Amino acid sequence: MENALQVKDLCAWFGEHQVLKNITMDIRRNSVTSVMGPSGCGKSTFIRCLNRMHDLTPGFRVSGDVLFDGRNIYSEKIDPVLLRRKVGMVFQQPNPFPRMSAFENVAVGLKFNGKKRTRSEMAEVVEKSLRMAALWDELKDHLDRPGTSLSGGQQQRLCIARALAVEPEVLLMDEPCSALDPVSSAKIEELIEDLSDKYTIVVVTHNMQQAGRISDFVAFFLLGDLIELDKAAKIFTNPADKRTEEYITGRFG
Amino acid sequence: MKKHYREELGNLRETVLRMGGLVEQMTHRAIQALVERKIEMLPEVQAMETQVNQLHIDIDEICLEMIALRQPTAADLRFIAAAMKINTDMERIGDQAINITERAEFLLAVPPVKPLIDIPRMAEIAKEMLRDALDAFVNGNVDLAYGTIKKDDLVDQLKDQVFRELLTYMMADPGTIKRSLDLILVSRHVERIADHATNICEDVIFMVKGKDVRHQGPLA
Amino acid sequence: METIAYRRRAADKAARALFALSALLVVLPLFLIFFDLLWKGARELKWTLLTDLPHPVGEPGGGIANGILGTLTMAGLAMAGGIPLAVMSGIYLAEYGRGKFAATVRFAVDMLAGVPSIIMGIFGYVLWVLPMKRFSAWAGAAALAMIFIPVVVRTTEEMLRTVPQSVREAALALGIERWKTTLFITVRTATAGIVTGILLAMARIVGETAPLLFTALGNQFWQSGLDQPIAAVPLQIFSYAISPYEDWHDKAWAGAVVLIGMVFLISAGARYFTRVKK
Repeated sequence: MENALQVKDLCAWFGEHQVLKNITMDIRRNSVTSVMGPSGCGKSTFIRCLNRMHDLTPGFRVSGDVLFDGRNIYSEKIDPVLLRRKVGMVFQQPNPFPRMSAFENVAVGLKFNGKKRTRSEMAEVVEKSLRMAALWDELKDHLDRPGTSLSGGQQQRLCIARALAVEPEVLLMDEPCSALDPVSSAKIEELIEDLSDKYTIVVVTHNMQQAGRISDFVAFFLLGDLIELDKAAKIFTNPADKRTEEYITGRFG
Repeated sequence: MKKHYREELGNLRETVLRMGGLVEQMTHRAIQALVERKIEMLPEVQAMETQVNQLHIDIDEICLEMIALRQPTAADLRFIAAAMKINTDMERIGDQAINITERAEFLLAVPPVKPLIDIPRMAEIAKEMLRDALDAFVNGNVDLAYGTIKKDDLVDQLKDQVFRELLTYMMADPGTIKRSLDLILVSRHVERIADHATNICEDVIFMVKGKDVRHQGPLA
Repeated sequence: METIAYRRRAADKAARALFALSALLVVLPLFLIFFDLLWKGARELKWTLLTDLPHPVGEPGGGIANGILGTLTMAGLAMAGGIPLAVMSGIYLAEYGRGKFAATVRFAVDMLAGVPSIIMGIFGYVLWVLPMKRFSAWAGAAALAMIFIPVVVRTTEEMLRTVPQSVREAALALGIERWKTTLFITVRTATAGIVTGILLAMARIVGETAPLLFTALGNQFWQSGLDQPIAAVPLQIFSYAISPYEDWHDKAWAGAVVLIGMVFLISAGARYFTRVKK
């Protein structure tokens, strides 16, 4: 199937407050889709709907469908735990597990997902994941260091490796560079471009230059509405909606 | 799926070169057809123009997208700006080659006024200028660009000479006016090609050194 | 300008001196108590204090070894029962406790922590000693556990709350079940804090006297079973101190040094655990 995720009429509420209004969009397999928009437009809420991270938020409610591999992830039959192994997530603040070594951090997802693995199998997965996250060369001799002792950029790549280790199909990234310096950001951006060969990536960003650099597709959100979804080149050279144009040219409000 | 920035820059460079190669070929064949009186070569040249036109559009699109999506700065920005300007010059060179084929269509249908000597020489220099300009672009070779700009004067002089010579033919025999005028126009087209090559060189100098050398007298 | 700067600096110095003085006043009693104890207990501070049974009145020497063992026994029992219960309750309150029930539990635990320890002793007496018709180590341990548990519940909850939400989210996003996330990720992250809380609560129950008066009673000899009366250091200090004999008073001072020493060791352990963090 061409689309990894299909969102249909998705609405979301925190208590009485509606934060997403009838979002309908497809997310193309093995591509980078950026979700951008001003603060409070619902972009973070939106991607957290894609792996049911809101399940534990009191007062949160959704309606509509999110189809992953053709099945509605909000249906009763779907186990959110299994869903999240297929739809991984990387957060704004690098959040390696404290009191765990770099190795344990990457291995932890596998360790707790039920299947028995030998030590060498585990080491193999850790190496593969770290390589994909472009961290292996820097870290191979320091795998026993605490994950929290790495630099911010390395921590974020460690978190990406940790997410990749459970072999997801989709990777959701919630402003993955906003806590990082420009050089570390550039590395993460390059990594995102490389990973999109194998993974479907959805990135939330409030940095539209970044959206331009990394994305194949860009979705522009405003006050809970999806205003426009198109190829990045189209959005940044000739957006269809006036509001998109105003936002990306900095004439907003 | 998305290419890296460096790859995109490389891709742009290659596309510019491909277009440069095409317009060089067009110039070469148009003149060859005229000099060797091979009318059958003309459709081939005209066919190449379709490709050139497509590349003209493609390059502008690539540049525009890169500016929009990659926010190029410093040397990268100058490279992309130069590519856009060079693109326009190359497209014009293609047009001039087409103009030459159009003159040739008439000229090859009638007996020659005289053996062509100066026009092939001009064309040779113009082609060399174009080739050098593109080399300078690829290698960022400023010296080559300066050297190429200097050759433009030679082409201008040859054009004047062609004009003077054909003027004497027209005065001697008004029956040659139409053919002579067309030859003058051909020389004019070749001269324009050399001018565009000069522009490309100026863009290359700007691209490499960030220095604008246009409109500042001979070799500012 | 210069005079203003001068006054500002003077005010700054004065304020700093005031804060430092307050800090000094706070810790001063500790040193006073400690040196006073050492001074007064010096005559009885010997190794036999740690190894021998108490001697009868008038007979010099003797120790409080049975009390040390008794204290450790009851603290150990209280903790063996109390730690799992308290830590799991703490986990419940921190990780799942949102509704009315949790609020009630939290309030009750706070109340329990505030109940004077003598009440715990009476409580233990009524609930355990009367039905069994016997003072016992069990009853003493139960009373101590009642003091120990609420403290540990609340520190466990507080420590788990200091674990950033992002740690839990990271684990859930990896497809790790909630209970595994709680037990193997969140609790693990807060382990140092929880252990520290346990040790501090232990330091507190080791020094408790009042609850033991009605439950463990005290014993002049080695304990003969957990269902029998049992000695404890604070109890021995208490009975020596209220006795009319001069040499027993000295023993009370020496016993107090031992007790402070035990508390000090436990607190040092707590410090160690917080420092090992990361």
